[in-house]
Amino acid sequence: MSTTTRTRERTVSPSRRLRALSREQLPNRQVAGKSLLYAILIVLAMIYIAPFLIQVATSFKTDGDAASNPMSLLPQTWSTAAYERLFLNSDFPVWFQNSAIVTVFVTLGRVFFNSLAGYALARLHFRGRNVIFALLIAVMSVPGVVLLIPKFLVINQLGIYDTYVAMIVPLLTDAAGVFIMKNFFESIPASVEEQARIDGAGTFRVFWSIVLPMARPALVTIIILSFQGSWNELSHFIVATQSPELTTLTKGVASLASGQLSQGTQYPLKLAAAAIMTIPVAVMFFIFQKRIMNTTDGAVKE
Amino acid sequence: MSTPARTARRSGLRSGEAASGWLFTAPMIILLGMFLVIPVLMALWVSFSDWNGRGSPFGGTVSFVGLDNYSALVGGGGLAEQDFGTALRNNAWYVLLVVPTQTMLSLLLAVLVNRQILRGRGFFRTAFYFPSVTSSVAITVLWLFLFSASGAVNKLLAFIGINGPNWFNDPSGVLHNFLGLFGVETGPAALTGNTFLGISFWEWLAGPSVAMSAFILMAVFTTSGTFMLLFIAALQNLSGDVVEAAMMDGANGWQRFWRVTLPQLRPTLFTVLTLGLIGAWQVFDQIYTGTQGGPGKTTLTPAYLSYQAAFTNQAWGQGAAIAFILFVIIVAFTLFQRWLLAERQVSERRMRPYLQNPTSGGSK
Repeated sequence: MSTTTRTRERTVSPSRRLRALSREQLPNRQVAGKSLLYAILIVLAMIYIAPFLIQVATSFKTDGDAASNPMSLLPQTWSTAAYERLFLNSDFPVWFQNSAIVTVFVTLGRVFFNSLAGYALARLHFRGRNVIFALLIAVMSVPGVVLLIPKFLVINQLGIYDTYVAMIVPLLTDAAGVFIMKNFFESIPASVEEQARIDGAGTFRVFWSIVLPMARPALVTIIILSFQGSWNELSHFIVATQSPELTTLTKGVASLASGQLSQGTQYPLKLAAAAIMTIPVAVMFFIFQKRIMNTTDGAVKE
Repeated sequence: MSTPARTARRSGLRSGEAASGWLFTAPMIILLGMFLVIPVLMALWVSFSDWNGRGSPFGGTVSFVGLDNYSALVGGGGLAEQDFGTALRNNAWYVLLVVPTQTMLSLLLAVLVNRQILRGRGFFRTAFYFPSVTSSVAITVLWLFLFSASGAVNKLLAFIGINGPNWFNDPSGVLHNFLGLFGVETGPAALTGNTFLGISFWEWLAGPSVAMSAFILMAVFTTSGTFMLLFIAALQNLSGDVVEAAMMDGANGWQRFWRVTLPQLRPTLFTVLTLGLIGAWQVFDQIYTGTQGGPGKTTLTPAYLSYQAAFTNQAWGQGAAIAFILFVIIVAFTLFQRWLLAERQVSERRMRPYLQNPTSGGSK
């Protein structure tokens, strides 16, 4: 109640004196409550951010500095040894490349197949549609970790073990993505497509040049989810490949963590590797931040 | 939309729709069949067989062993049963602590940053959500550093005079440690003497090990942001009318939250708890990257045990059996929780005041 009257006062009389006056009139309890809220938020935010700051800072430290000053945010002597070692003297570039290849193909494939299936389930009338949809829901409920051994079995049986095909194609299965696309297509009016149909366009043509461009918001959601999902995927690559040339970032950095490639603790090296593998998803996040955070409908514009 | 119009359209304008419908869904159906349905059936067969990883699991040398793989896990009395029991215990504590904590924390964060008048709202949301976008591998590497014996967390604890544990190398259970403060070192014979799934009741009650506690903190840290977004979306969809009405009726902020806002968040709460439960029973990446089940098998989880049995020990039947038991556990928990949170009929006792005085029921 009091906040609304305060803002009204502010807009009516913007002079400093009056504003100061109204602030004085604020009950002490409210000021205390407000400061407490900000204090809690700032402490929480520090807890959430500090690990990443420590991570970046430590990646520029020397091994000894990292061990003796694990909390300091400024290295005693700046060292890029960890990064040099990663990029010039290890398989790290290969891992990065493999992760990039897989992520690009999986994202493109999912966007295409999900929207194709989602459109058919939302708009096309055909016998068996409801059965397919029911199966899709059933399949969505299978937890991923349970599929480790099954996936290996089928990949082995098909003779594609340890290939890019085995890394990419199984990751294209995305029942949740189909579901998202279906829901979106159901929400847009059918009249535009009907018009194109009357003009004689075929089903695929209508889908490709009319419906798909309208589906941009949903496609962005699919892109975000698949990019993040395939870039961060670990377990599938463990069961689908074994050769070093096909190691992805997740698998490679996991092997670094368990000390397979390094002597001693080598925290700067490990943390540098973990920091670099976070960059692409972080960039993706900051590009689509508005969409992900859903902040557009806030009541106050700042 | 009358029926004749519909049939007319189907025969004319919508001819060939069935064909395109199947054509459009075919890639997804084939993919899901090839890499989800068939694999699960294959694994089901393997869980009933003695396949040792050599050759094809459908070859002549592989034989059907019935429920042997399953019974070795739940009543064999051997190492397999003990490991499985340990893994279940570890993961059960993990679920018990992670799911409520992450739900409460994410709801708290959502309520805090959903204020209409809040400076730096975007900054706070970003800060809380950011851990969710990073990969579990990267976070685990970071966690191993922060929670190392002389790491940042222990330095921080030292500031307030606490001698921090050697987190990822400490297999002692936190509940046992807590009881140890009061001099209780061994449990009563009733608990130590009887066993379930190969480990004693006293061991079941050990609580998560110190190492597992670090993973529990990590899970809460990485998932609370995602769930916060779900709660924010739900809070923004609530209409202000009901809260306003409650305000008029003289309800204070605390009452408004518990009696008015929270009941309206029930569907989201259900989603968050379900997703949390499903996720928390599938701990794998962190264990594979960080501890490989150690120290003292206290971070072993069913998911990791299944992987280890099959890929390391070549006991494929047993690995597959663990995976299917885990599947059943996850489904059972989800159904149980669905039943628990289901919309119930209001009991007659609670309804009575409204029935006696119908005008006080509606606020408008």
